[in-house]
Amino acid sequence: MGENIFLMIAGLVIASAFWVVFSPNLIHSAVSLLFTLFGTAGLYVFLYADFIAATQVVIYVGGILVLIIFGVMLTNRIDTPSIAAGSANQFIGGIGAFAIFVMQIGVIFNTPWQIGNNQSRETTVDTIGKLLLNEYLLPFEIVSILLLAALMGAALLSRRN
Amino acid sequence: MDSLNSYLVIAAVLFALGIYGVITRKNAVAILMGIELILNSANINFIAFNRFGGMETLDGHVFSIFVIVLAAAEAAVALAIVINLFKNIGSVNVDDADLLKG
Repeated sequence: MGENIFLMIAGLVIASAFWVVFSPNLIHSAVSLLFTLFGTAGLYVFLYADFIAATQVVIYVGGILVLIIFGVMLTNRIDTPSIAAGSANQFIGGIGAFAIFVMQIGVIFNTPWQIGNNQSRETTVDTIGKLLLNEYLLPFEIVSILLLAALMGAALLSRRN
Repeated sequence: MDSLNSYLVIAAVLFALGIYGVITRKNAVAILMGIELILNSANINFIAFNRFGGMETLDGHVFSIFVIVLAAAEAAVALAIVINLFKNIGSVNVDDADLLKG
């Protein structure tokens, strides 16, 4: 049962990622990206990462995807029936991406990964919170300053002058 | 099926597709979607290694939170730049953005 659900989610992620890259219509790409991100959240649930799955849904699906759809809508004429997304360099891109994929597959199956299973099926929120406020306090603060600066810069860039 | 390698293969497929999208797409927003795919594949790797690598702590989860935050910052800045590009040259085709070409 769980294995079938895992296969379904993996198939969903890969098929919708294919459509993100190959769809001739930009809106279809954006909607397809929605399914990829939701499917990735499902994979996180399989990996016992409940907090990351919720964060994925809230930030990626609720924030970044909405931003991307805004970007699509603001930079095209809406009255055209289909917003075309052209492609170029298919041959070079295909060769390069396939070479990277083959290399990754080779590394994945030829490396003796250290396998252990020490994760327990309990909530991860309190551990992540303790890690963020003890061990990773400095990176946490730096990344918050970076996010603040990036959002202020984005607001400044897109302001009407 | 629910093993480390299956997650790594899924992440590799996502990474290769993202690279392909970044190389081939002409529209700047579509290139951004490819970058999101790449960041997601990195996140899957972090979480999968944290789950199956015999780790005692959840450091991989913290790293993937940082990746998500950086992805949000990157998307906001990139879309501001894309909208400015559209205002200035009337197109988001990256081949048209050659104002700096001598």
